[in-house]
Amino acid sequence: MSDHHKETFITKYIFSIDHKMIAKQFLITGMLMGIVGMLMSILFRLQLSSPGEPFAILEWFGVDWNPTLDANGNVIGTPIMEGVLDPNLYLSLVTMHGTILVFWVLTAGLSGTFANFLIPLQIGARDMASGFINMLSYWFFFAATVVLLISLFVHTGPASAGWTIYPPLSAIKETIPGSGLGQDLWLIAMALFVVSSLLGGLNYIVTILNLRTKGMSMSRLPLTIWAIFITAILGVLSFPVLLSCALLLIFDRSFGTSFYLSDIIIGGEALHHTGGSPILFEHLFWFLGHPEVYIILLPALGIVSEVMSVNSRKPIFGYKAMVLALIAIAFLSFIVWGHHMFITGMDPFLGSVFTFTTLLIAIPSAVKVFNYLATLWKASIRFTPAMLFTIGFVSTFLTGGLTGLILGDSALDINVHDTYFVVGHFHIVMGLSAIYGMFAGVYHWFPKMYGRMMNKKLGYLHFWVTFICAYGVFFPMHFLGLAGLPRRYYTNSAFPMFDELTDINQLITTFAIVGGLIQFIFVFNFFYSIFKGTKATKNPWESNTLEWTTPIERMHGNWPGEIPTVYRWPYDYSKPGAEKDFIPQTEPLKEGEEEH
Amino acid sequence: MTNILIFIVGFLGIVTLVQILRVSELMSAVHKQDVNEVNEKDNIFNSKMMLIVGALFLISFFWQYFEWKHLLLPEASSEHGVIIDELMTFTMLLIIFVFLITQPLLFWYSYKYRKGKGNETAYYFAHNNKLEIIWTVVPAIVLTGVILYGLSTWNKITNADVKGATVIELYAKQFNWTARYSGADNKLGSAHYKLVSPINPSGTNALGVDTRDNDVNAAWKDDIITTPVDNVVHLVKGQPVLLKFRSQDVIHSAFLPHFRVQMNCVPGMTTQFAFTPTKTTAEMKATEGEDFDYVLLCNKICGASHYNMQMKFIVETQEEYDTWMSSQKTLSEKVSTQTVITELVTQK
Ligand code: HEM
Ligand SMILES: [Cu+2]
Ligand SMILES: [Cu+2]
Repeated sequence: MSDHHKETFITKYIFSIDHKMIAKQFLITGMLMGIVGMLMSILFRLQLSSPGEPFAILEWFGVDWNPTLDANGNVIGTPIMEGVLDPNLYLSLVTMHGTILVFWVLTAGLSGTFANFLIPLQIGARDMASGFINMLSYWFFFAATVVLLISLFVHTGPASAGWTIYPPLSAIKETIPGSGLGQDLWLIAMALFVVSSLLGGLNYIVTILNLRTKGMSMSRLPLTIWAIFITAILGVLSFPVLLSCALLLIFDRSFGTSFYLSDIIIGGEALHHTGGSPILFEHLFWFLGHPEVYIILLPALGIVSEVMSVNSRKPIFGYKAMVLALIAIAFLSFIVWGHHMFITGMDPFLGSVFTFTTLLIAIPSAVKVFNYLATLWKASIRFTPAMLFTIGFVSTFLTGGLTGLILGDSALDINVHDTYFVVGHFHIVMGLSAIYGMFAGVYHWFPKMYGRMMNKKLGYLHFWVTFICAYGVFFPMHFLGLAGLPRRYYTNSAFPMFDELTDINQLITTFAIVGGLIQFIFVFNFFYSIFKGTKATKNPWESNTLEWTTPIERMHGNWPGEIPTVYRWPYDYSKPGAEKDFIPQTEPLKEGEEEH
Repeated sequence: MTNILIFIVGFLGIVTLVQILRVSELMSAVHKQDVNEVNEKDNIFNSKMMLIVGALFLISFFWQYFEWKHLLLPEASSEHGVIIDELMTFTMLLIIFVFLITQPLLFWYSYKYRKGKGNETAYYFAHNNKLEIIWTVVPAIVLTGVILYGLSTWNKITNADVKGATVIELYAKQFNWTARYSGADNKLGSAHYKLVSPINPSGTNALGVDTRDNDVNAAWKDDIITTPVDNVVHLVKGQPVLLKFRSQDVIHSAFLPHFRVQMNCVPGMTTQFAFTPTKTTAEMKATEGEDFDYVLLCNKICGASHYNMQMKFIVETQEEYDTWMSSQKTLSEKVSTQTVITELVTQK
């Protein structure tokens, strides 16, 4: 059955229900948001390396964004900022940067792209279970994006209470200008985002469970699909909690309830709220927030496993252990949220429990790293750009995972909590790892997406500069943190004890600018190759999975004839006795051949 | 003008790039090879880069350590801080050990096992139960050790005996700190947020202390509140303190890095942290330099001046402390009953 209905421009490119087109929509939206988020980080890095100095570049951005405040925090006009970043704007930028990268780029951009693209292609389905819901999922995401971008231009500035938006700072508009309309828009954007993510997630789960082609048992699923499947379950279980958490905050902000507020005086006036607790917010938030970091990381783990196996020409080592480790990580991620709250005054016994569960995550994580190393051992590595980013991923996942042992230990967290040590840790383990996974995925599946190849030399340039600069940015941050420098500080110059840290900050900013600029090489390569890249062959990486059995030309329904049947797992690379060094999943077992 | 220049330069850059790519593609079409197919040369180049960049990364790790070691916080100045530092050193050594084994392996394998002459086919090695059990069990055992050590340290810190500790309250608001000593009775008078003086928010009743109880022994009477002029907290070396935290508006966090103390200050609740300072400010100045001071920082995003919400701490000997203390006015000396009554009337 092939269902070629007529496609107009609108149904093909805009309100498309084809999973491949929706994936591209997620990817390109995510990329554009990535550029926005990255430029923000460069702006505030400039401030950190030379605090209070004017920058020509800020003048471009600072048109209407720089409210001057009276003593009570009310806006009294917006002078031309003369290139100097204002502290409120600094916090806005940090908040929006974090929000955009965590949710827009690495949740929607990463999961949205690869779940949509790979699920039907790799399990052998013509499309998602519901193409319509899938389309809705993108358009809710699009609406969320528009609302978030609009919030950048409101008079009092965008949300600025940090991406974790702890109340009362995020609840009471007098406490910071960004807590006004900007915060409302942030919350609306996030509500839309959650809807998008739930629609997407349910669709992914249903599709993977029901639409696998003949022979594609769960134990023959590529690890990408396993990772996406578990991610979707995590999302469906945790995002509703974020939604209710945000709804209660909206009530507190606008309807006078006191879920999170109690005993507060603002501008000399006692507010009526009593009986609420900001700590309740933190529990609800991190009940999503911690699984969220795995929602970001797991798809990257899946992509990396697949890309590594293909380019090592070797089966991924310990397939079953890899799946079990994914499940263990996902399960544990629900019972560790308290490690973000060790110093909120929580019961010390509870602190002990969270230390215990948190440190347990190191076990499945260690298994994954050792399995990756074992996969590389005696491999025959082909260095595609995707493979480079995969190796980069293992390096950052390892580095960042190790510092997690310090942050997860409640006794040690007392002194590094909320310092730059944390910023270094989470950027490396979650930010860099997931971004590398995303790059690996784009380079690897670009030929399938657009029928053309990305330029490999630009890919190499992109990887090496990124890899060096990224460590140059985030590794030194550990030292800043161990010197006691708190995060979310507009400048370190208010404390003499931090004066000497300015040198490190300048080094970091230099790396950040170079590393940021090189991303434009990637963006250029991406768009250039869509139109002008060399033509791809059907299976350019000589890979085993099903997506490479589809025709090069994009078509609705994926396979022109029948959907192929699957006879083996996806990792038969360099299997002794085979003619070639890869055996596609569609190839029946030979007589006497063992499955693996 | 500069904008236009930047724009032109950027535009020309893109055009150049496009042209270079076109030329390289045409060249390879002439040579009948695919530009984007990974060839032997690419594998050699990238695998060597893996080795070089990997080595540089590890060297830079040591370089950063030796170059910036002197910037790190000095040894802890509190009793529990010392055991935190010990746990920290242990954990650091452990993770650096693992780091220095696994990262070089990763870069070495990436170099050694490149596809090419002599290594055209990979070794088919899909799993090995023995290996997998080893590298599940070994981390599990190591982690058991780390967890037990960590928890015992945590319990020691959080179960510290607070009997006999001097009670001091730290009150946070945007964007400063106020301290209240509990005075001779070592008891803080009770406080309520609605009693914070709306007329004079930095005056005697900045903290909302309930001064209605007129008993001579009422807990509030001997409390001492720091003033914005003399906004320093004095502690005695070797004398345990129990800090109690409150906040007036948003969440703040009291961070005393030199003492390894951090605790959130949350509106609507009281939190606490007990510790014993072990080095006087003078002793620290002798080792860390004349401009050393103990400081309290805010470590939870709280608004525009979050980065500058600070207070000085001084650790001194008992005599110095007593001299300073004798010059302080207690709350009952500062507050005449009259003002209390008027304040209460305006509250209602
Ligand atoms: C160009 C690369 C990047 C640079 C230079 C950069 C730099 C920074 C800096 C300096 C901060 C402020 C830390 C603070 O004051 O607390 C920050 C915050 C943050 N960044 Fe990045 N970052 C980059 C990429 C990323 C990526 C890839 C992610 C993805 C996870 C990410 C997520 C975050 C988050 C969640 C925050 C916290 C925001 C908050 O405090 O509310 N960043 N970044
Ligand atoms: Cu967490
Ligand atoms: Cu504060």
